[in-house]
Amino acid sequence: MDYVAIKEIQNKDQRLLKDIRDALAKCMKCGNCMAVCPIYKETRNEASVARGKLALIEGILSGENEISADLDHILSKCLCCKACAANCPCGVKADELIIRGRQAVVQARGLHPVKKLVFKLLSNRKLFDIALKAAGLFGPLSFKRLPRKMAAVARFPMPGIDKKRITAPFAPVPLRSRYPEVVKAANARHKVGFFTGCMINYIYTDVGDAVIHVLNHNDIEVVIPSEQHCCGTPVYVSGDKELAKSFARHIINVFENYDVEYVIAACGSCAEALKIEYPHMFQDDPTMYKRAKVLAEKTYEISEFLVDIVPFRRDDLGQILQTVTMHDPCHMARGIKVTKQPREILQAIPGLTFIEMKEADRCCGSGGSFSVANYSLSRKINDRKIKNIKESSADVVATSCGTCRMHLADGLEQNKVYIEAVHVVQLLEQSYCAGEI
Amino acid sequence: MQTLYMQEFQKIVGSENVLTGAEDLYCYSYDATPGYSHLPEAVIIPENVEQVSAILKLANQHEIPVYPRGSGTNLSAGCVPLKGGIVLLMNRFDHIIDVDLENLVVVTEPGVIVADLNNLAAKHGLIYPPDPGTVATATLGGTIAENAGGLRGLKYGVSKHYVMGLEVVLANGDILHTGGRNVKDVSGYDLTKLFTGSEGTLGVITQATLKLVAAPECKKSIMAVFKNLDNAGTTVAGIIAAKITPATLEIMDNATIRTVEDYAHVGLPLDAEAVLLIEVDGMPEVVAKEADEILQVLKTNHADDIQVAQNDAERDKLWAARRAALPALAKLRPTTYVEDATVPRSKVPEFLRDVSRIAKNFNVTIGTFGHAGDGNMHPTIVCDNRDQKEMELVKQAMNEIFLSAIKLGGTLSGEHGIGLGKLPWMEQQHGSKVMDAMKSIKRALDPKLILNPGKLVGEC
Repeated sequence: MDYVAIKEIQNKDQRLLKDIRDALAKCMKCGNCMAVCPIYKETRNEASVARGKLALIEGILSGENEISADLDHILSKCLCCKACAANCPCGVKADELIIRGRQAVVQARGLHPVKKLVFKLLSNRKLFDIALKAAGLFGPLSFKRLPRKMAAVARFPMPGIDKKRITAPFAPVPLRSRYPEVVKAANARHKVGFFTGCMINYIYTDVGDAVIHVLNHNDIEVVIPSEQHCCGTPVYVSGDKELAKSFARHIINVFENYDVEYVIAACGSCAEALKIEYPHMFQDDPTMYKRAKVLAEKTYEISEFLVDIVPFRRDDLGQILQTVTMHDPCHMARGIKVTKQPREILQAIPGLTFIEMKEADRCCGSGGSFSVANYSLSRKINDRKIKNIKESSADVVATSCGTCRMHLADGLEQNKVYIEAVHVVQLLEQSYCAGEI
Repeated sequence: MQTLYMQEFQKIVGSENVLTGAEDLYCYSYDATPGYSHLPEAVIIPENVEQVSAILKLANQHEIPVYPRGSGTNLSAGCVPLKGGIVLLMNRFDHIIDVDLENLVVVTEPGVIVADLNNLAAKHGLIYPPDPGTVATATLGGTIAENAGGLRGLKYGVSKHYVMGLEVVLANGDILHTGGRNVKDVSGYDLTKLFTGSEGTLGVITQATLKLVAAPECKKSIMAVFKNLDNAGTTVAGIIAAKITPATLEIMDNATIRTVEDYAHVGLPLDAEAVLLIEVDGMPEVVAKEADEILQVLKTNHADDIQVAQNDAERDKLWAARRAALPALAKLRPTTYVEDATVPRSKVPEFLRDVSRIAKNFNVTIGTFGHAGDGNMHPTIVCDNRDQKEMELVKQAMNEIFLSAIKLGGTLSGEHGIGLGKLPWMEQQHGSKVMDAMKSIKRALDPKLILNPGKLVGEC
């Protein structure tokens, strides 16, 4: 390539990032992010850690680097666990800047072909629904169920899935197809919308059941809008901002059609999308920003809602004689900052012994699609988590995110640790059930 | 660098451990020092001493510069590959080889993170005292090479007081073993101390024998606020004169106090000229007695407010202000220069006044905090590297600060090392004869000048 052409590419790349020039300059390269980055801990390579990634983005702005395929690959190696931002003495939001870097990559080079394909399916709500329903119906043909609850392993090699990896089976019938749009409660005190998210609708329907039962049990009517769809987080963190915005618009539209006081999500990442990311996405669009803000302000993660708003009934809780530890999903701990409420729920259950594991809020290594593209690395990160769970000597590990739960279940199985991974709200449901006997 | 050499290096460490991609090279072009960066030609990641020896032999033969690197957190541009060549990344040397509880010694590889050694030592009721601010990220190799100190330097000293022996590879590939596990060892030149703090200019450290000490049973923290800087100065002198050696004796100046208060709202009075944070540690009886004596000294020297931590939570509260000093200053502006000019402790108030005057004269923002007990100050200049006019003033201010420290009988560096950042003032501090002697040592051990060339003693 001649000099002029290279210059032109560099200038174009620079334009894509010039709005974050000042934010990048705040990084003083102290390297404190190295102490907490789960990926750096395994690779100990500077390009793995926020300091390196931000330096590379700065290099594009200074015209020293280009948005290359290698840069794409490097920026994709981030779990978005936000540990770097939380540990930064200068308050640099490295996680957001890395996503901004990914957006520039998408604009300059386009999406990775596999992601392009997946997102195409994901962006067609009806087709996505049919595909995942089919996956549930035909699942037993392709996945073998394991003795562990909600665990399955592929019967034959599948693209993108490590052959040893334990996943959860797709539900034969998705959650939203099993319930009417409005699940009434006698003498309802509140009326809430339930944003199920994909994991709960298509895979962990047991969590969806628990959310509905627990809310009903607390005299709350649950509305489950049938047209809701993915929150868009997988698309947003991959750098396709425009597609992510269309997901956000859809969710905002759908929930505006229902007269509900609150919107409840039972997944840290989904809750963060509605509460934080949507308003952030529409910063330069006052009308959409206002609508996003209305949704954001009435959205609560289930444990946050049960503790801070309801507050949940404690008079008829039954005994659960188990020792339980808690894994805080990244987007719960450092995203929406909800860590006390799940513990309050667990500690309210009679007979339950709550025990903290070491580094409870350290990333489990899943990072959503990160674990699909980088399974062995995410396995190593997860092995540390499993070690901490094991050392806690708990019988059950509770968490608040579907992808965390799936990755924990895989890690527990791979490491032959016979501890169950569940959602916090399932234990509450179990306790209410025990109280009825 | 010629492809031919690259293939040789790949043969030594395996091709996956020779990084040459544009992005990888860029990620090793800097360290934590603002204003210095240069691309290396390769990043080589060895895993044993034989590989290091083979790499150096080859590099020496072809006169390729070599820059040893741990985590790259130093503040004197010690890792920046200013002349291209090879970054020798030592972080695969990450094993603690032996914990010898009978001799209170640990033998370790240089890529181990300082905090990891401390966690292991803590299990045996021991500590490795050097604790730089980067304790959770820095490698032992880096801290030994830079002679890093920390908050408890007054009582416990810096890295060189804990390095008992080293395995070092010279520029020509020779592997040396210096020192050992002997408490008393006066045999020959003290090469261990020579390599400690040599900033990668004399050899590559591949193993270290380090001294551990008993963890203090008990600690007590006291914070005192002074409306008058001189009273803080006489307090420091008074504590030392009372024959008490606190583990920590920290000071913050008015600029730092204001910034910390604005950022962390810890309740510091904005008109205070100085805050002292004092911590004594050791046996409970001794700690109680020393704390009482310190309170006496504080009263005699007119401390305006005194707080004594009664428990861990209160201790954390007192320390929060000190811990916030650097982050609070760093958040003010994009670029942060943390210097470590050090003066005899009796000169601390005079030095602080000089720094305030210099900040005013050149209209730059400088907050000073640091280790009052050992005179090691951290004048912290916050600015914007992208503003050339401002940087010119920063440079002049920096010059005056170092000249002031030297004038007061101080030194350029208490714990960060010289590297490139403080090189311009080396001759002023040491004189030409000392510089000649240092350069002779450099030339004797590294005749082709391949190891971290141009740093510490400059061009030879």
